[in-house]
Amino acid sequence: QEPQASGLPEYIKIVEVGPRDGLQNEKVIVPTDIKIELINQLSKTGLPVVEVTSFVSSKWVPQMADHKEVMRGIERHPGVQYPVLTPNLQGFHSAIASGATEVSVFGAASESFSKMNINCSIEESIEKFEEVAKSARNMNIPVRGYVSCALGCPYEGNIIPAKVAEVSKRLYSMGCYEISLGDTIGVGTPGSMKKMLEAVMKEIPVSALAVHCHDTYGQALANILTAIQMGVSVVDSSVSGLGGCPYAKGATGNVATEDVIYMLNGLGINTGVNLYAVMEAGNFICTALNKKTNSKVAQASFNTGTI
Amino acid sequence: AYPKRVKVVEVGPRDGLQNEKNVVPTPVKISLINMLSETGLQVIEATSFVSPKWVPQMADHTEVMQGINKVPGISYPVLTPNLKGFQAAVAAGAKEVSIFGAASELFTKKNINCSIEESLERFSEVMAAARAANIPVRGYVSCVLGCPYEGKISAAKVAEVSKKMYSMGCYEISLGDTIGVGTPGSMREMLTLVMKEVPVGALAVHCHDTYGQALANILVALQMGVSVVDASVAGLGGCPYAQGASGNVATEDLVYMLHGLGIHTGVDLQKLMDTGTFICNALNRRTNSKVSQASCRL
Repeated sequence: QEPQASGLPEYIKIVEVGPRDGLQNEKVIVPTDIKIELINQLSKTGLPVVEVTSFVSSKWVPQMADHKEVMRGIERHPGVQYPVLTPNLQGFHSAIASGATEVSVFGAASESFSKMNINCSIEESIEKFEEVAKSARNMNIPVRGYVSCALGCPYEGNIIPAKVAEVSKRLYSMGCYEISLGDTIGVGTPGSMKKMLEAVMKEIPVSALAVHCHDTYGQALANILTAIQMGVSVVDSSVSGLGGCPYAKGATGNVATEDVIYMLNGLGINTGVNLYAVMEAGNFICTALNKKTNSKVAQASFNTGTI
Repeated sequence: AYPKRVKVVEVGPRDGLQNEKNVVPTPVKISLINMLSETGLQVIEATSFVSPKWVPQMADHTEVMQGINKVPGISYPVLTPNLKGFQAAVAAGAKEVSIFGAASELFTKKNINCSIEESLERFSEVMAAARAANIPVRGYVSCVLGCPYEGKISAAKVAEVSKKMYSMGCYEISLGDTIGVGTPGSMREMLTLVMKEVPVGALAVHCHDTYGQALANILVALQMGVSVVDASVAGLGGCPYAQGASGNVATEDLVYMLHGLGIHTGVDLQKLMDTGTFICNALNRRTNSKVSQASCRL
């Protein structure tokens, strides 16, 4: 199956967010050495990007309190990027001091979400990020921008595509090299994904776009497929589908990296990632968390004895 | 472009319950089907007229068929593997039947103990009787994207078996990814060949979500013009080939996607979720539907 024949990208970059977005949204907090081991295992799978941790106050995100130790403790494999979240200038400086060479900032397409999540308006958050972007530029540190609630908000409900485009453009203009569009509560469908991307792609080249889909309503792979059919070639995912949804108790959150890779392999799209190795890393962290995997591929593979 | 309307074929009471560990009593099956009849679904696969020796979960097929409310405008097809089953089905009031072929020789041998060719001969008896009785027949083709025994299945084989069943007189061919191994890549390849032999208006897809690929596979099928999709309320029905793994795609998750695409189904999602809750309670199990899980804010 030739991907170009169907208009699909030949290569898709997978951004692994399990150690940060995943673990941040798990009930059980894992010890530092387990986090480091997870990241080290992920570094050997062929994944080009592994989001390591978040330099945010441990008062807000206790699961990421050990950010310095994790950053300093991991093996840094050549060819793998290790971005970290930095919500403000203070976090940014702390990240750089700990050896970070790439950072991410988190905007939102919803005022209510911005207020509830980081206690300020979208505009105020953009100002903070501009400070980070400016320092990052001076130090030659790439910055990735996230836009949350791209397909719906737990407080506001429907989000208009134009708003997503507007916030994305602000982040891109300030120097973010890539904008990751997040379906934070997983309510999106191929219908809303298409409309949102059409609006955003008027402002930002598709090669600078990524999708970060949550599988809370089971729509993630269909939404990702829609995005890649429109030319998106960067996809965020989380090993074992780590990370529940803080807005729907007991529901799932991040899409599982294994399931994404399975689909992309079936489409003949190159990712550079060894699916088997990711499943092993997934098995490791699920054992440590004492939980079942959220990856259907892992579930099926372990149960047919093909592992 | 997507179809404006999609017909959802609900297979929970048959394919779903048949593949569940726990067996539900006849009155619960009847309540399930009656509740499904209130959701707007137009096709509800009710049961299977197969020997209880092989499928004990469907032993009460006659009672179920006779016990359900048959709502006008709704079709209640039943499985009939052979002439005997067909006759029993008609005697019990069935107005539509289904026959099950496969694109894999090994699967056919293991499943019904004969070759594909022999199975088609058995079906031709059912077809003749159905034609005489003016009863529509739906044809299923299993293992269209992979087989638990043979592994890879050639798209050409799927097209060949589909063509034979369509030529025999099946009004619709439901292409089943029996072990859920398919991806949008293999779905596209398979449908491209099948559509050379069978008009797309006569095709349906029956995707299993064992590897989480079902909705993505269905999306591709829709993009290629397929407008009939099978699904199972609450994602009932595990996979007999991968212990603990899931099977059928959940009707709720399918309908959520279709509505998000602006496609008309006629189905009331809330009523469907309520029906899923009912049967999961009866089976003492959690739903496999993510939409249902997410909507339940306890």
